[in-house]
Amino acid sequence: MQTLITTHNLTKRFGDFTAVDAISFEVGKGEIFGFLGANGAGKTTAMRMLTGLSHPTSGEASVAGFDVYRQPEMIKRHIGYMSQKFSLYEDLTILENLRFFGGVYGLSRRQIKEKSAALVEQLGLEEVAKKLTGSLPLGWKQKLAFSLALFHDPQIVFLDEPTGGVDPITRRQFWEMIYAAADRGVTVFVTTHYMDEAEYCDRISIMVDGKIAALDSPAGIKTKLGVQSMNDAFYQLARGAQRSE
Amino acid sequence: MKPFLAFVKKEIYHILRDRRTLLILFGMPIIQVLIFGYAVTNEFRGASIAVLDQAQDELSTDLQRHLVASGHFAIIEQVDNVSDIESAFQKGKIKMAVVIPPDFSQDFYHRKKAVVQVLSDGSDPNTASTLLNYVTNMVNQFQVRKSQAPPLPLQINIESRLVYNPELKSVYMFVPGVTALILMLVSAMMTALTLAKEKELGTMELLLVSPLHPFLIIVGKVTPYVFLALINAIFILALGVFVFGVPIKGSLLLLLGLCLLFILTALALGILISTKTDTQQAAMLTSLMMLMMPTMLLSGFIFPVESMPRLLQWISTIIPAKYFIILLKDVMLKGSGIELILWEVMVLGIMTLFFLVVSLKNFKIRLA
Amino acid sequence: MKAITIDGISKKYGKTQALDQINLEVEEGALFGLIGPDGAGKTTLFRILTTLLLADTGQASVTGLDVVKDYKEIRKTIGYMPGRFSLYQDLTVEENLNFFATIFGTTIEENYDLVRDIYVQIEPFKNRRAGKLSGGMKQKLALSCALIHKPTVLFLDEPTTGVDVVSRQEFWEMLRKLKEKGITILVSTPYMDEASLCDRIALIQKGQLLSIDSPTNIIQQFSKPLYAVKTNLLHQLLGDLRTFPLTDTVFPFGEYLHLTTKQQLEEDQLTIFLQNKGHQKIQLHPTKATIEDCFMELMTN
Repeated sequence: MQTLITTHNLTKRFGDFTAVDAISFEVGKGEIFGFLGANGAGKTTAMRMLTGLSHPTSGEASVAGFDVYRQPEMIKRHIGYMSQKFSLYEDLTILENLRFFGGVYGLSRRQIKEKSAALVEQLGLEEVAKKLTGSLPLGWKQKLAFSLALFHDPQIVFLDEPTGGVDPITRRQFWEMIYAAADRGVTVFVTTHYMDEAEYCDRISIMVDGKIAALDSPAGIKTKLGVQSMNDAFYQLARGAQRSE
Repeated sequence: MKPFLAFVKKEIYHILRDRRTLLILFGMPIIQVLIFGYAVTNEFRGASIAVLDQAQDELSTDLQRHLVASGHFAIIEQVDNVSDIESAFQKGKIKMAVVIPPDFSQDFYHRKKAVVQVLSDGSDPNTASTLLNYVTNMVNQFQVRKSQAPPLPLQINIESRLVYNPELKSVYMFVPGVTALILMLVSAMMTALTLAKEKELGTMELLLVSPLHPFLIIVGKVTPYVFLALINAIFILALGVFVFGVPIKGSLLLLLGLCLLFILTALALGILISTKTDTQQAAMLTSLMMLMMPTMLLSGFIFPVESMPRLLQWISTIIPAKYFIILLKDVMLKGSGIELILWEVMVLGIMTLFFLVVSLKNFKIRLA
Repeated sequence: MKAITIDGISKKYGKTQALDQINLEVEEGALFGLIGPDGAGKTTLFRILTTLLLADTGQASVTGLDVVKDYKEIRKTIGYMPGRFSLYQDLTVEENLNFFATIFGTTIEENYDLVRDIYVQIEPFKNRRAGKLSGGMKQKLALSCALIHKPTVLFLDEPTTGVDVVSRQEFWEMLRKLKEKGITILVSTPYMDEASLCDRIALIQKGQLLSIDSPTNIIQQFSKPLYAVKTNLLHQLLGDLRTFPLTDTVFPFGEYLHLTTKQQLEEDQLTIFLQNKGHQKIQLHPTKATIEDCFMELMTN
């Protein structure tokens, strides 16, 4: 299987504080990789390095075939990114958002037009396409933001707590969109606080104090720790954490 | 009382722990005073002028000497004809030219009416009018010295214009203006910002849900700023007196009392703005537009109210800083006592009361 | 006397109906959960009860005091922890707690008993600025500040949102202890799995209460046959189950899919159906509903 993310002893220090401590893992094409950890375990820092936003202190990593030290700009061009906090401009209409982000990723005017039309139809947003994004319900915004992260056909998409606060049905519809993307061969790298969502991933890693404490399929982790649920697994691993944020 | 003190203490921590606030509070006054004192002064020393002396006699030479002696002018060129003046202007060599006519002494001594032509560069009207003021002033002084019976109306006219600031020092003018500006900044803008910050952080929610009376929340928040503003006022006045030699002829206590009154006016305005804005950004912009700009432009600080269009003159009557600047000038330069400035004090006092009542009325006991 | 009574409360923001005819009662000493996603109206309801907002219609009272008329009295007796961290980031842990004690006219010493269990955990950092605390510690400080004046009713608006499982579990442990001390607690959360930790819950969605009862009763009221299904082809299973004639709803649910059907299922019938679609390692068994199943059922009704 083709690997799209490779890290080897990837480390980030801030002064004498080691935020990410020599993590190594690989993520394959079309895989849904759950990236879990307690608050302050180093998830965000690790994700910043992988998305080309932050320079590692040591170790190696490549994303979509590009080196995180030398080609962060190439990485940014080949990944999609969506976070719970910022994803869309609320004071632009849906179509304006699509046009803007399409432009940011260098799509041609024609491509943007075609893709926007397809996307609006696929999400059933025809009636509201010219309305301000801020007026949409949260669940729709999140679905739209996810589609937008995939707008330029990236090989990998990074999702930072994409479903926080979303109602249970929309949350599941969102995951169906993730499944569909993965089935098309897109690699999905996702963080979440919902333990049931960890189960939807092909493999998950659980970070504790900057290190990867477990890395396996959800079933594998549960078996190894001898627990019934992901909740218990997480609790058992993170309970002993020395630090939090 | 105890909750109030706790509030004040908390507020002082906020101020002391925020470098940006500290910088605005203490850096700004110094910078403003220095900028206005040195850089943006409209006082001239050694302005280049040309003289076309067609008389070439004792009196005309004396007049030239008199102009140079003031230190305001430096004669850099003696020209022979009018066209030379024009070329000197065009080359930007001179700011003003003085033309003394051929029969200058004769006219002065015998006809009691001499004409001196002064040409100045109208493309820079501020400089031109200041220089004209200077030269008029000096020619009149010259007249007084030379003639036994000076033309009366002129004398009176000039006296009234210059008596409180005989050297036309602009530094005397800007100290009251800067004081008004800084007090506005510290008392109004900073209070508006600090109240908006509580809303932005969500702590206002917690304060409202506490048994604290809303009035106490406001008073607690603004009290430290009253002191800070007062310290600032003293600081600016001290800079004015000790660095720029501005006199304080009136009572110092009265002066500080007036500062306190204006601080309260500004606080009331700041609170009023904070009741209408929910974010620091909005509070900042509103303060700049509604308070700082009018204080700079319409109070008579930079542009004299008398020379404004009628409409702006009307607007200036509701600008608190206008009254404050008048009061400061009266007390500092003229040495007026309270009995002479009662009207302005009353206007400012009523304004303060009005803004205070309106802002307290507007302060919400709930979120929306 | 009820700790909280809500009677026909409605609130509109512009065109959005934030709350629509809410009726609710919370017993004294109860740990009551208000459960629903973002935008359901939880925060609006909290703000009305904490006297921060006025409802458009309806009445509400807290410990018998009217939220509009007696707002001053209510403000003395309740504790409130707003949705986002709302303490002074530039004050230290101790300064924050001291400040909130003082404005409620009390001292840390006077009510230390109540907050001790929570405060001891952050006391080692009492000279640290609140802004520099971790998420879990901020949460503990905020709870201490909400408790320091010994409130009779505690309002906690989404205290566990964005917090990891370990901190969440600790937090609920603290709430359980507070409840033992007789404090009535109204807590809101978007996490359905926290429902079971409450005595009673109200499920809220789009400004309407879907159900109010104890978690066990709500689960018992789940009316449809529910099955957990799992095969080797999980992604495909979702689509395939939707084409099964007896299917009502299918949702991913942890490692299984939860399937509700229009009538009791002949399990073999479904197994054969799935085998024909190419699934292997088929696991299929009836399962007990969770609060989340109930919530979804109520949402789709």
